[in-house]
Amino acid sequence: MGIYRDVGVVLRTYKLGESDRIIVLCTQGRGKVRAVAKGVRKTKSRFGGRLEPGSHVLVQMYEGRELDIVSQAELVETLPELRTGLDRLGRCAAILEAVDQVSQEGEANAVLYDMTVGALRAVAHWDTPLVTSAFFFKLLAVEGVGVSVGACVECAAETDLVALDLASGGVRCRSHREGVAVSPEALLILQLVLGGRLAQALALPIGAATFEVDHLAHLALERHIERRLRSIHILDGS
Amino acid sequence: MADYPAAIQELIDAFGRLPGIGPKSAQRITFHLLKADASESARLVRALSEATARVSFCSVCFNLAEGEQCMVCSDPQRDPHVLCVVEEPRDVVAVERTREFRGRYHVLGGAIDHLQGVGPEQLRVRELLARVQGEGITEVILCTNPNIEGEATALYLSRVLDVPGVTVSRIASGLPVGGDLEYADELTLGRALEGRRTVVR
Ligand SMILES: [Zn+2]
Ligand SMILES: [Zn+2]
Repeated sequence: MGIYRDVGVVLRTYKLGESDRIIVLCTQGRGKVRAVAKGVRKTKSRFGGRLEPGSHVLVQMYEGRELDIVSQAELVETLPELRTGLDRLGRCAAILEAVDQVSQEGEANAVLYDMTVGALRAVAHWDTPLVTSAFFFKLLAVEGVGVSVGACVECAAETDLVALDLASGGVRCRSHREGVAVSPEALLILQLVLGGRLAQALALPIGAATFEVDHLAHLALERHIERRLRSIHILDGS
Repeated sequence: MADYPAAIQELIDAFGRLPGIGPKSAQRITFHLLKADASESARLVRALSEATARVSFCSVCFNLAEGEQCMVCSDPQRDPHVLCVVEEPRDVVAVERTREFRGRYHVLGGAIDHLQGVGPEQLRVRELLARVQGEGITEVILCTNPNIEGEATALYLSRVLDVPGVTVSRIASGLPVGGDLEYADELTLGRALEGRRTVVR
């Protein structure tokens, strides 16, 4: 059985037995990897704290028959800001959950790895829900199901765009409106985010349009993965 | 693969559903009990049925209790103004072992876990708020696990426990990150309790 090293982001963990965990990683070289980390729930564990959801790590693994086994883990970078608020933890979780849903085992996906790392850094840097929305829309684009927000999907008009129609993958003008209504402010944010001007979008003050875009991003992603994102709904009832 | 008689298979399955016991261990335990003296399984059966019949959740703090209230809640020596909030009954045991804490507990029954979809609704948060508002509590110590779920829970609770006259503190970060509280040694956990810090909201 071989040993390999790879960098990756811990997407989620499951308790296994008394003190072990199964770790799911989005790696740079091997796509999604599931591995066993032994003894990590004991507080004296050498690398327990490095294998929590959101950790960016360099791991050394033994290839196992079913699951690989983590033999070493080092942090590649630490983003302590991620733990400074419930909202940030929630954004971080939403990103990890989305990546877990779209990533495949046994299929290298360096782009997804890079995007995930970038998104977590953005969550640490900017305290706005727009970070997650932007990530979701970019993720959908990379998945080949991106939405086009520049012109009406029906008549190519570039003005008076009032709706986002996820079924046809883009915005629609007033005469061809279908799908969800979009305010001009939210449309502007969408155009900035998808037009590669993310920094400009992130610099906008947080307002109603931010939450509108957030909602649209959730709808779009949940439509693609065909299930609800758990992490964004846990505080719904309270 | 040859099948076991139904009664044996049932026993193996029952053990296999317990936490920390895989199929191999479930078989091993089953055959150990079948081979051992009959009094050994009789003792196990008795202990199990007594425990499940007698032990339930404390009506005040949701710790395990033999009777209406747990040993801590029914002890008049304990400070009724200070609450230590933990995730599970086994964490009460861990904190008790430190002998540093003289107040009472509130057991949430888990932690906020975004990725598993566990929110405050599934925990005993409403009961905690009712206690804090109704029992003259002056200090709440958030003693959730030093991992991401415990951190999220503490952040959420510090947000909702914004009650006048109540200090909310979080155990010190001296605890190794990522571990379970129940594995912390008494000394480390005791120091973490002593070094708790008021939560900045
Ligand atoms: Zn049109
Ligand atoms: Zn009690």
